[in-house]
Amino acid sequence: MFVLDYLWIIPALPLAGAAMLGLAGRHWPARRVNAVGVGSVALAFAAALELVREFSRLPAAQVPWLKTYFTWITAGSFRADFALQVDQLTIVMLLVVTGVGLLIHIYSTGYMAHEGGYPRFFACMNLFMFFMLLLVMAANFVLLFVGWEGVGLCSYLLIGFYFLRKSAADAGKKAFIVNRIGDFGFMLALLLIFRTFGSLDFAPVFSGAAGKPQATLTAIALLLLVGAIGKSAQLPLYVWLPDAMEGPTPVSALIHAATMVAAGVYMVARAHALYELAPAAMAAVAVVGAVTAFYSATIGLVQTDIKKVLAYSTISQLGYMFLGCGVGAFAAGIFHLMTHAFFKALLFLAAGSVIHAMGGEQDMRRMGGLRKRIPWTYWTMLMGTLAIAGAPGFSGFFSKDAILLAAADKSVVLYVIALLGAMLTSFYMFRLLFLTFHGEPRFDEHAVHVHESPKNMVIPLAVLAVLSVVGGWAAAPEFWGSSNRFEHFLAPALSSPSRAFLAINPGPSLTAAVNTFREMTQQILWEMAGIAIAAAAIGFLVAWWFYIRRPQTPERVAESFHAPYKLLLNKYYVDELYDFLLVRPTTWISTHILWQVVDDGAIDGSVNGIAHVARRFGDRLRHTQSGNTRSYAAWVLVGAALFTILLLWKVR
Amino acid sequence: MQGPLLLTVIIFLPLAGALALLILRPEDRVWIRRLALTTALAELGLSLLLLRGFLPGVAAYQFEEYRSWIATPPIHYHLGVDGISLFLVLLTTFLTPLAVLASWQSITSRVREFFLMLLVLETGMIGVFLALDLFLFFVFWEVMLVPMYFLIGIWGHERRIYAALKFVLYTMAGSVLMLVGILWLYNLTGTFDLPVMQAMLQTSQVLLNTRTEMLLFGAFFLAFAIKVPLFPLHTWLPDAHVEAPTAGSVVLAGVLLKMGTYGMLRFCLPLFPEASHRLAPYIAVLAIIGIIYGALVAMVQPDLKKLVAYSSVSHLGFVVLGIFAFNATSIQGALYQMLSHGVSTGALFLAVGMLYDRRHTHLIREFGGLATPMPVFSALFLFVCLSSLGLPMLNGFVGEFLILLGTFQQHARWAVWAATGVILSAVYLLWAYQRVIYGDVTSENNRALPDATRRERVILFTAAAVILWMGIASPVFTRRMEASAQNVLKQMQRSTAYEARDSRGAAPRAIQPAIPSAGER
Repeated sequence: MFVLDYLWIIPALPLAGAAMLGLAGRHWPARRVNAVGVGSVALAFAAALELVREFSRLPAAQVPWLKTYFTWITAGSFRADFALQVDQLTIVMLLVVTGVGLLIHIYSTGYMAHEGGYPRFFACMNLFMFFMLLLVMAANFVLLFVGWEGVGLCSYLLIGFYFLRKSAADAGKKAFIVNRIGDFGFMLALLLIFRTFGSLDFAPVFSGAAGKPQATLTAIALLLLVGAIGKSAQLPLYVWLPDAMEGPTPVSALIHAATMVAAGVYMVARAHALYELAPAAMAAVAVVGAVTAFYSATIGLVQTDIKKVLAYSTISQLGYMFLGCGVGAFAAGIFHLMTHAFFKALLFLAAGSVIHAMGGEQDMRRMGGLRKRIPWTYWTMLMGTLAIAGAPGFSGFFSKDAILLAAADKSVVLYVIALLGAMLTSFYMFRLLFLTFHGEPRFDEHAVHVHESPKNMVIPLAVLAVLSVVGGWAAAPEFWGSSNRFEHFLAPALSSPSRAFLAINPGPSLTAAVNTFREMTQQILWEMAGIAIAAAAIGFLVAWWFYIRRPQTPERVAESFHAPYKLLLNKYYVDELYDFLLVRPTTWISTHILWQVVDDGAIDGSVNGIAHVARRFGDRLRHTQSGNTRSYAAWVLVGAALFTILLLWKVR
Repeated sequence: MQGPLLLTVIIFLPLAGALALLILRPEDRVWIRRLALTTALAELGLSLLLLRGFLPGVAAYQFEEYRSWIATPPIHYHLGVDGISLFLVLLTTFLTPLAVLASWQSITSRVREFFLMLLVLETGMIGVFLALDLFLFFVFWEVMLVPMYFLIGIWGHERRIYAALKFVLYTMAGSVLMLVGILWLYNLTGTFDLPVMQAMLQTSQVLLNTRTEMLLFGAFFLAFAIKVPLFPLHTWLPDAHVEAPTAGSVVLAGVLLKMGTYGMLRFCLPLFPEASHRLAPYIAVLAIIGIIYGALVAMVQPDLKKLVAYSSVSHLGFVVLGIFAFNATSIQGALYQMLSHGVSTGALFLAVGMLYDRRHTHLIREFGGLATPMPVFSALFLFVCLSSLGLPMLNGFVGEFLILLGTFQQHARWAVWAATGVILSAVYLLWAYQRVIYGDVTSENNRALPDATRRERVILFTAAAVILWMGIASPVFTRRMEASAQNVLKQMQRSTAYEARDSRGAAPRAIQPAIPSAGER
């Protein structure tokens, strides 16, 4: 029971790595940086595996397993402990974070090998791992907030890794500030939770939720949602994520695809006990998710930067996770989080491999025909594409299908939106694949020396490709001839008292009826899975027609639908809109009204005015300064008398 | 060393050091600096003894000293420390050595006088925090003004005379009112002794009618509000900061501003609870305006020092809000925020001072791309910025969060408005950081700037260590503050509630420490 007793070891390992690299790493050779940077994450992964072993032997009554280490903040009736907890949800997140994190760290040793600031990169990555692990292991909202802000900080540092580029520094700042807008909501949620429950620990809040007024719970859930929208880049706060692609590609894979951006989904699932009692907030989660999933996919259709396509795809996929949670299928949402971590990390790393091969080129219009030149990258990326598009049997198929089914159960409109989004997903992903790897090369073959990536980059790709294929099998739904082990495993963590009545074992007389019902539904489920497959197939075929069969089609379409095309290309002008509505007015008012008019003009002006009057008055008074001692004495007397009278009169 | 004289020694050791400086010849700069640093470090050591001897969980004053000073009117040399003043004393003794170190090379003229002023200033500041006799308090309050005036006026930058005068006039305007208030109170109660006076008011031995209480509150509050500074009384601050030498800015932002909020906690709330309650909504509005306004104006400043000065207006707005929410949590948060603002803003000014030493300017546009020539400095500067913008696990978060948490329990709307400051602080700090540190080196003057020297690293790493420690181990502090913070709220309850508690058997003496020969005329 070693790791269970010393839970802190898991986050502490990468923290130690970050501290060593940050304080001393500047003078280290690359090999030692690798050993510490990758080693700390590898150990954390090993510890997580050992934790799974120990956790599986834990009696159900002891879950969630809670460990309190020290009191972090206490004042008045408020108290926040440094306390970690483990339940099934934590286990899934831990494995995803440390596992995918380890692969990306290994990949980075190849990808970043020739970059300046190599130790700084690993220091930040390790620090990120620390905060992310803290986020998923926290046993109260305040500690979760620590991880929440901490990953935001690391994201800021890593987006701005190439700080010499102004665009990179700008993007980092934008990410931090937009996230802070979300955190404003998160912070208010914490305040309201504390006022309602008198505690910010998970256990009393979640178990006490049933007795609280629904309006309060809805307010809490909506405020938490604001935080989640910021961190997981949903409408309307998604604008920072595409810019975040300024960071090195492994950062995009780890932070802006697989783990950090999914923290919002994790938080909503973690707080499911609150959401389930607040149907309006659930509906908001679902609508935000579905609309974002579709909206972002439309922008992805026309982007030409390979990483930008993947960024909009990430926003879109996160939308699906929100949709899943919003319709009550929390397990499906977390399931998609996991499969998405596999295939999106793979896609980003493969894209990184392409960029690496092309000597830094990111524009797909100047790629093409790379299939034979970098076969490993091509085949692994194909696996990722099939997974995200929802090809039958691939991991993304199961997870997306689970969400679509749950959505159909709640609302046909949401289902249709999500289905259209799935079609678009398939289209833009195959577009990416075809533009990059198929057709004729569209670059100067003499200038660019295309080469396959080294082993330390290819191996993580291969592992992730395998996971992208098989990663969904554990959760294949029952009608697929399997039992949904994933959902069963998560059930204790994601069930709540309010849903307990659903789990009552039906009596023998009911069983027959249920079985008939199940057969009927299976038919429906098959059909619906078929619809999803058809949608993906349509997307694929259109992409094939546009970019392989008739490569001149896209241009014609763009010309005949000029206005909508331009709208999409410019991302609906949302950045410009925010700039016009928020950024410029704020700076203008602050400079020209608050600072120059109010501060320098009104306040300082009136003080100086008083000073001026005082000086004029003093000028007159100067005549009383005759230098005559007796007249001074007289003045002193008069003053003292006045003062005494005043005092006597006031005091009485 | 927990002798009866510890507080006296702590107050006057810097003064003794200052006088010892006079023995040295003005040319002995090395020894002058060393003696000043030794004194400041010895003072820090003494104050740590104070921390060690301090009993947590006790609301009463500790290490009390009580001697007659002037027979008529009865003015006593009455000192004492409680959970409110303890850490402010430590903050002072912590920042002074850093200020001495920061002035090591940047002060080249009248070195002896400079350190003399700095040490006299330290005596004055600590005296303010430890005095329990209103007259004594006022003496220290005024004494402190003199060295600060000279620090700005002699060793400041171009417009130093204007700034020094503005600083003094503003403060004097407030302190004159406070003096009237003190005399008035003396007339009513016949004593200058704060605990006695407070007990008399609380047990209704002396009754203030509402108008009198409001006027008295106003007299004290205005003096403190100018010091804080509360919007719209803040315009002296940016000028004073921009013109002051680094050490002056550090002490000014780190300690002097806290005297305003300290005064509110020590005098305004316990002595005039009704007026405090009545005026709290208006004060809270001003505090919230200060939070948002200060942040917005900070955002557009072209001068780094002005930016930090306006950020102080914003941060101190949080403190005032926390105090006037009258909640045990928010008051502790306010106390914590006072400390962490002292450390973080002190460190910000130290960092800006290092840039000034190199380039003799505070203008943001003169810098840019400093990460390339100065990587270590850049990393530490970022750390300090993050602490100032309230990143969890660093000091700034604890205070801000407790203030918001406590305020929200009483007045949700205040907390919501104040919380917008969380967004804005990130905006102005990160934007400034980006323009100074990131990007290409834009000015040839910056290409070969030396990175932080050993002395500068000592300064910044020390500050960073405290920042981190305060962010993680906050109970070390709050455990010692808690009783006193709650005591303020207890003192605000007037006789009716007081008697009710008395009848349940709680000893009223426990609320006030025994004061020998109290109330003599």
